[in-house]
Amino acid sequence: MLENFSFRTIVEYLPLFGQGLVTTVWLSALSFVGALIVGIVLCAMNLQRGWLFRVPAKAYIDAVRATPLLAQLYFLYFGLPRLGFVLPELVVGILALSLNSGAYIAEIIRAGILSIPRGQVEASVASGMTYVQRMRLVVLPQAFKVTIPPLLGQAIVLVKDSALLSLISVSELTRAGQLLASDRFMPAEGFLTIAAFYLLLYYGLKGLAGLSSRWLGTAGART
Amino acid sequence: MIWQQLQSLAGSYPLALRGLGMTVVLSLISLVLGTLLGFGLGILRTGGNRLISGLIGAWVDLIRGTPFLVQIFLIFFILPEFGIELDAFTAGIIALTNLAACFICEIVVAGIRSVPTGQVEAALASGLSRWQRMRQVVLPQAMRIVLPPLVGQYVLLIKDSSVVSAIGLTDLTRVGWLVVQRVPNGLLVFFLVGVGYFIVCYPLIMLARRLERRMGAAHGEVQL
Repeated sequence: MLENFSFRTIVEYLPLFGQGLVTTVWLSALSFVGALIVGIVLCAMNLQRGWLFRVPAKAYIDAVRATPLLAQLYFLYFGLPRLGFVLPELVVGILALSLNSGAYIAEIIRAGILSIPRGQVEASVASGMTYVQRMRLVVLPQAFKVTIPPLLGQAIVLVKDSALLSLISVSELTRAGQLLASDRFMPAEGFLTIAAFYLLLYYGLKGLAGLSSRWLGTAGART
Repeated sequence: MIWQQLQSLAGSYPLALRGLGMTVVLSLISLVLGTLLGFGLGILRTGGNRLISGLIGAWVDLIRGTPFLVQIFLIFFILPEFGIELDAFTAGIIALTNLAACFICEIVVAGIRSVPTGQVEAALASGLSRWQRMRQVVLPQAMRIVLPPLVGQYVLLIKDSSVVSAIGLTDLTRVGWLVVQRVPNGLLVFFLVGVGYFIVCYPLIMLARRLERRMGAAHGEVQL
């Protein structure tokens, strides 16, 4: 049983956990921004009529979705030095998370854009809008509303996925738990504490998602 | 140089096959168990009992809110403290089954809630028992909503099974990790690992897309 559960050790290691939490938050945030950029580019390529951009984008999205993040992470971690890019683990991790989540975000944005009724696009064509005007004034504002809740869902997935970076020894939250587990042989203290921290992040993001969908829902009803 | 590496890689194909076998066995066992458990939990959660459905909801949230890696560590390192000795394989199966069950529970709940209440009321009025109502009226209609994300969930499960390599199970990802220590060509080794997963996962992704389109079309407006 856990009768030896030592809160004192947890308190002693709290600064380490705090650092880990901060690292997890900022590296997830950075990766999310990266993933948004990757996703937007991929989605733009995917929506082209010509095959030249569409086929590579589709192939990339399928390849990422059909393989585990851990294998992708190792691919970059062991593969990049071979190409002459010797990068710190942290950078490799952020790169892997961005490239991975980007593929999912591309699909989320695409679903958002395709959810706009055809009549809207036809009406804007009939009003003589250019492609850019049509996108900026008609399609994207409506697509934006549909994509926010699933994007926040993807952010939750990304935060959880970032735990895998501990396996290439990035010192984030899970790594802090591993350190406590191996230094003091206290796996219960280490892993239960980080689980609690992850739950904190999860409920925060989940609350935000709920709030945004309610806010966007009422905003939609008004028009 | 590249020839030597290819030869060395070819030499480790029995290991690769064993790794692929481990990934498939792990995924398959936890897929079957997770589906059964997930449907059970989903049906219980939509049942009338507030306490039970609250407990299930809380558990599902706990599992959805923590990284799978942390769950595996918890099961593998903490259950022994309660006197339950586990080998890595059993720990992996427990962790994957639990994860699958929780996500499938949510999918099943969404499916059951999508069935119009009129259907349930009609079944009640026809004097069907609770079990008959579920089996003959609600579940068959819920399946249309459940099936596409269920197949998608199987893909996620197969991919998540790669994380058990962290507790030393020799699955496909672990094999890649072992091989790359001998053959220092990460690009090639993990490309091949990726191909292994792709062969298993891609047909399922295609199936999920097809189901989605078919179920959507069957449900959607009349096409003229």
